[in-house]
Amino acid sequence: MTEKVSLLHARDLSCYRGEVCLFENLGFELSAGEALQVEGANGAGKTSLLRIIAGMTPPDEGDVLWRGESIQDRRSDFNAQLAYLGHHLGLKHELTVEENLRASVVIQGAADSLGRLTDILRQVGLSERADLPVRVLSAGQKQRVALARMLLIGAVLWVLDEPFTALDAGGIGLISDLVGHHLDRGGLAVMTSHQAIPLGSRLRRLEL
Amino acid sequence: MSSGWQAFIALVKRDLLLAFRHRGELLNPLLFFMMVVTLFPLGVSPESSLLRTMAPGVIWIAALLAGLFSLESIFRSDFDDGALEQMVLSPHPLSLLVLAKVLAHWLVTGLPMLLMAPLLGMFLSLPAPGLVAMELTLLIGTPLLSLVGSIGVALTVGLRRGGVLLTLLVLPLYIPVLIFSTNAVSVAVAGLPIDGQVYFLLALLALAITLAPFATAAALRISLS
Repeated sequence: MTEKVSLLHARDLSCYRGEVCLFENLGFELSAGEALQVEGANGAGKTSLLRIIAGMTPPDEGDVLWRGESIQDRRSDFNAQLAYLGHHLGLKHELTVEENLRASVVIQGAADSLGRLTDILRQVGLSERADLPVRVLSAGQKQRVALARMLLIGAVLWVLDEPFTALDAGGIGLISDLVGHHLDRGGLAVMTSHQAIPLGSRLRRLEL
Repeated sequence: MSSGWQAFIALVKRDLLLAFRHRGELLNPLLFFMMVVTLFPLGVSPESSLLRTMAPGVIWIAALLAGLFSLESIFRSDFDDGALEQMVLSPHPLSLLVLAKVLAHWLVTGLPMLLMAPLLGMFLSLPAPGLVAMELTLLIGTPLLSLVGSIGVALTVGLRRGGVLLTLLVLPLYIPVLIFSTNAVSVAVAGLPIDGQVYFLLALLALAITLAPFATAAALRISLS
């Protein structure tokens, strides 16, 4: 068996909000085919950690390394392999599902994958809704549109902040399947969730 | 075509489509511009010699304020719904995407004013050389205002009540543009050459196109972190 190579490496991360220390000297390594579930009470800094990993917020101390290089130095290369799903989904309410996906996929530099649009809409269960404006969709359906975008971008590292919010049982199963499939193909995932995710030994936990 | 330009074009198209779906809001800056200019003869004096003297200043001030009030919309909705986060995480240079957003904003706010200005100039009995100079200075000046303004918007978009701060930040930077533009129009009405003023405005525009997107991109990263 080949030795696992860690792709994502967080080193001595610290994050402060004003006087309050959210976490200190936090570190982990994640290799291809592994997922990390970040757990903690509300306000423990889960979202802050995910934003640091995605490179949106610089950590107060420490580094995040992707393939051995700091993500702040190689931003463009890192972003090309990253898909981030946050609390704000980044969907335009006045545009239709398809318009939203077409625009954001090209902006994310994955124009080649637009051919798979119909398949992916079917996969997330929205093929009937492609021409509706996002404004009229339910919260769970909006979440599914954001998932479709993530699949289209075809990133290696998925950073998911509370992906199960507003989803029904079918949606929760869908995400678990998608993440499982993503890991099978050698992808990585970092996610926060209060729910148990059935990924077996590939899932590692981090308690904040 | 490189994927950077594809992204640029996709973003301009997306913003134009969004503006088109919000046609009502789209008209606000233009209506403001027209109202201010058309109310002047009613409020001050309909005497054409007086209006002719005031016309460059009135039209330019109205255009500048209309631009200023619509400025915040460059990044506001993208900030609120998370689209800005996705832009920051794009593999393309953020400055390129910023330039696309500013271009789309100018096309829906600056360009209509540019098209309306000759008519308003005629209302204020501005002679033909003045109209030409007015169009030329607006053509150079309004994109310049949008570019400079985008830096201010990027800095204040994270604040809940950034409006006043934005005005304070941006207005001093607008004043040189106002001075050179109105001066150019007045000078053109007097029949003198305006090359100097136009070259100065063009130099400012070149500076803004090359530097403002980088400053705006840096400011957006700060606002989002």
